[in-house]
Amino acid sequence: MTSLAEEPAVVDRRSSSHAFAEFLARFRELGIVLALVIVVGAATLDNHLFLSAANIQQILAGSAIIALLAIGETIVIITRNVDLSIGSILGISAYATGVLYVHHPNVALPVVFLLAFAIGAVCGAMNGLIVTVARVPSLVVTLGTLYIIRGIDGAWAGGNQVNASMLPDSFNKIGYATVLGIPYLGWIAIIAVALATYAMRSFRTARDFYAIGSDPAAARLAGIPVGSRVFLAFVLSGAIAGVTGALWLSLYASVDAIAGVGYEFQVIAAVVVGGVAIFGGSGTVLGAALGALLLYTINTALVVVNVSSFWSMALSGALLLAAIAFDRLIALRLAPAMRTRRTARG
Amino acid sequence: MTTTDPAPVISLEHAEKSFGAVHALADGDIELFGGEVHGLVGENGAGKSTLVKILAGVHRPDSGRLLLDGEEAIFDNAKQSQAAGIAIIFQEPTLFPDLTVAENIFVGVQPLKRFRRIDGRRMRREASTLFEQLGVRLDPDRLARGLSIADQQLVEIAKALTTNARVIVMDEPTAALTTNEVQRLFRIVETLRARGNAVLFVSHRLEEIFELCQRVTVMRDGRHVWTKPIGELTVPSVIRAMVGRDMDALFPKLPTEPGRVVLQIERLTREGDFTDVSFVVRSGEIVALAGLVGAGRTEVARAIFGIDRWDAGSVEIEGRRLPPGSPSAAMAAGIGLVPEDRRQQGLVMDFSIERNIALASLDTVRRGGMIFRGAERAFARDWALRLQLKYARLTNPVWTLSGGNQQKTVLAKWLGRKPKLLIVDEPTRGIDVGTKAEVHRLLSELAAQGVAVLMISSELPEVLGMADRIVVLFEGRVMREFARADADEDAIMRAATGLVEDAA
Repeated sequence: MTSLAEEPAVVDRRSSSHAFAEFLARFRELGIVLALVIVVGAATLDNHLFLSAANIQQILAGSAIIALLAIGETIVIITRNVDLSIGSILGISAYATGVLYVHHPNVALPVVFLLAFAIGAVCGAMNGLIVTVARVPSLVVTLGTLYIIRGIDGAWAGGNQVNASMLPDSFNKIGYATVLGIPYLGWIAIIAVALATYAMRSFRTARDFYAIGSDPAAARLAGIPVGSRVFLAFVLSGAIAGVTGALWLSLYASVDAIAGVGYEFQVIAAVVVGGVAIFGGSGTVLGAALGALLLYTINTALVVVNVSSFWSMALSGALLLAAIAFDRLIALRLAPAMRTRRTARG
Repeated sequence: MTTTDPAPVISLEHAEKSFGAVHALADGDIELFGGEVHGLVGENGAGKSTLVKILAGVHRPDSGRLLLDGEEAIFDNAKQSQAAGIAIIFQEPTLFPDLTVAENIFVGVQPLKRFRRIDGRRMRREASTLFEQLGVRLDPDRLARGLSIADQQLVEIAKALTTNARVIVMDEPTAALTTNEVQRLFRIVETLRARGNAVLFVSHRLEEIFELCQRVTVMRDGRHVWTKPIGELTVPSVIRAMVGRDMDALFPKLPTEPGRVVLQIERLTREGDFTDVSFVVRSGEIVALAGLVGAGRTEVARAIFGIDRWDAGSVEIEGRRLPPGSPSAAMAAGIGLVPEDRRQQGLVMDFSIERNIALASLDTVRRGGMIFRGAERAFARDWALRLQLKYARLTNPVWTLSGGNQQKTVLAKWLGRKPKLLIVDEPTRGIDVGTKAEVHRLLSELAAQGVAVLMISSELPEVLGMADRIVVLFEGRVMREFARADADEDAIMRAATGLVEDAA
C-alpha cells in the first residue's frame, strides 16, 4: 500500500529527526555546563567573591554530597524505579557514625566507612526485597521506608546531637581538607562519578539496568534476571547513601535526628535535570552529577546575590519542569515521524 | 546440514492446549526440517499462534509431545526454548528502545574483554558482520528507538543468528512490511535456509507462501488438516482446506427490509491505517466488515466512533456530518461501539454491573447533576432482564460475570441509549457457544427493530450467517463488497488475502 517512491523520503526524515534527537541528547550535558557558566558569571558580576576559592570549595563539597547520592538514584531510576529513602538512609548512617565515634573515639577510618556502607546496604536491601518480592511499586515502598528509617533515627537520636568536638580530626579533615585546591569530598565525588559512568557503560549487569528500564517485559523475555537486578540497584543506592552519610557528617561536623531531610527530592531533581529519563532506560551518571552541581550552584548563587531561599526553591522547581518539558519536546518531535514510519505499512 | 537430512530438527505431535473453556489447539502437529522453509496457514483462530507460542516456550501444551532431534523435550519458559536453538521473530518485535542496535542483538551475551568488561568494539564489529551476512545495512550504533518494524525484525533475526538458532519461527512477519521490505526479508529467509536453518513461516498471504516455502501445513479450528509439499498444491486447494468446515446452524438471522441510510462513510482515510474506505449501512441492516487481522477493520470502527481522527473523507449519520475525533459527538448522533477488548475498553471491571450498564446513559439516571442509585438500578434491571443477563446481584463487580454475560453488559450499556447505529467489534470472541447464539439472536432482533448494525468479525461463519452485506477490507482498502446471496467463504477469503478475482 505504500508506493516505492515514498520510501527514501521517509527514511531521510526519520534519520534526520533521529540525528536531531541524538544531538539534543548530547547537547543536554553541554547545556548543563553552559547553564553553569552563565550562573557563575552572573553571580560573579553581582558579587566578585562568588569566585573566591573559599566559595568554590564550599560549592564543590556541598554538591559532592548530592552528586554522590545521585549516582545511586540514577541507577535506580534507570531501572524504572525510584528510591525516596536515600535522605533517611543518609541521616541514620550519619548519626550512627557520630555515635560510633562518641563510644569508640579511636576507631579506624575504614571501620567507620564499612559501618556506614553496611547500614546503607541493609536499608537498600530492605527496599529491594519489598519491591521485587512483594511486587509493590517502589514509589510506595521507599516512601514507607523513608518514614520508617527516619522514625527509627528520631527515636534513637531523640534530642541528642553529635558535634565536631566529639569527632576526631582525622575524620573532620575529610570535610575541610583540600588537594590541589579541590576539597577531598570533591575528589571523592569526581572519582566515584567517573568510575560509575565507566561501569554503567561497560558491564553486562549495568546494561541490564538500562534494558529493564527500557522495557521490563522484553527484559524478562531476553532472560535478564529482572528481580535480582532491581534488588541490586536498590542495594547499591542504599549503600551509596550510607557511605555518603558518613561523608556528610565529616562536612557538616554535627548531626541530629533531622540530618538529610528532603535530600531525596534535591537528588531526584538533579538526576532529572541531568537528563536521566524518569521512566527509566536512559541517562548517565555524569549527567546526573552535573545536574547536582548546577542545582547546588544556583542555590548558592541566589544566596550570594541576596535572593530569598524560597525563590531558590522555586527556581529549582522551574528548572526541573523545564528539563521534563525539554524531554517531552524531543519525544513529541520524534513521534509524528515515527508514527508515519510505523503505520505506513499497516 | 542439507535438505537431504531426513530427520526433523523439531516436531510437535498431537499438541493440545486450552485456555479455560476455549480450546485453542486441539491437535497441533508440525515437523520442521533443516534447510527448509515450512509455511503454516490457517484462518484467524485456527491455532497458529498457540502452536508458535508452544514452540517458543511461552505456553506449555496440555498434552502431546515435543521432539527435539528425536528426543522428547519440555519447554517451561522462553529461555529454555532459546537454549534449545529456537528463535521466534514476532510480528511486533520487542526491542529495548533505549539501547543501541548492537546492544539489542547481544543483550545478555555481550562479548567480554578483561575483567568482564563489555568489548564494545567487538560487539559493533560482530553486529556489522551479521548485517553483512544478512545483506542489509543498519548502523549498529544507532538507538533502537524509531527503527521501522522491518528493521526491528532484522535486529531480532541477527539476534537469532548470534545464539546459533537452528529453528527460526516467523509469526506473520510480513503483516507490517512494505513490498520492498518483504522482498528483503525473503532474501534473508532464503539465506537462512541455505545455511541449513529450519524456518517456520506463518503468513496469511498465500502468494508469499507459494513464493517462499517448500512445504505447507494447513490448520483449521485448532487442528492440523494436512502437510504437503508445495509442488502438489494450488491456491484454491489451500483455501479450501483453510475454510472447509461445517456451517453452524447458530445464526438465527431474521429477514429484514433495509430502510433509510443511517451511516454513510465516504472516502475515509487515515494515513497508515486505512485508505479511501466508502460504504453505507441502512437501518435494519447488518453489514459485516470482514478481513484479516490488521486489515484496518477496527481502525475504521474507531474512526467512525471518533476515537481516532481521520485525515480525509467524511462520516455522515442520517445525512449529518460528524466532526472527526469526537466520541461524544458520535454518541450524541446515536452511535454505540462494542469494542473488541471488552475488559480494557468496554467495561470498568471493578464497577458494579448496574453502574456499567448505566454508564453511557447517565443523563437518564441523573437529576440536577446527581446520580440516583434507585434510577440507576431500575434502569440496569430493565436492561439486564431484556438481555437475559445471568448475574447474582446487580451490585457485584462486573468481573464476576462470565465472558458472554460481560459482553451482554456492554451491549446493554449501549442499547440503553437506543442507538441508531451499533458497531460491534468481534462480538462473540471468547464467548461460549450457547451465549454466542444469544448474542447473534440479539443483534438480529436489533436489526429487525430498525437499528443499523456494523459488525466486525474474523469468523467467516458468523459473517456469512449474520450479515446482509459484507464489506471486505484488505490492507486498509475496500477489496470487495458482497451481497448476502453472492457471498461464500471461498470468495471472502480470496478478497481478504488480496487475491484479485479473475477466473474464480
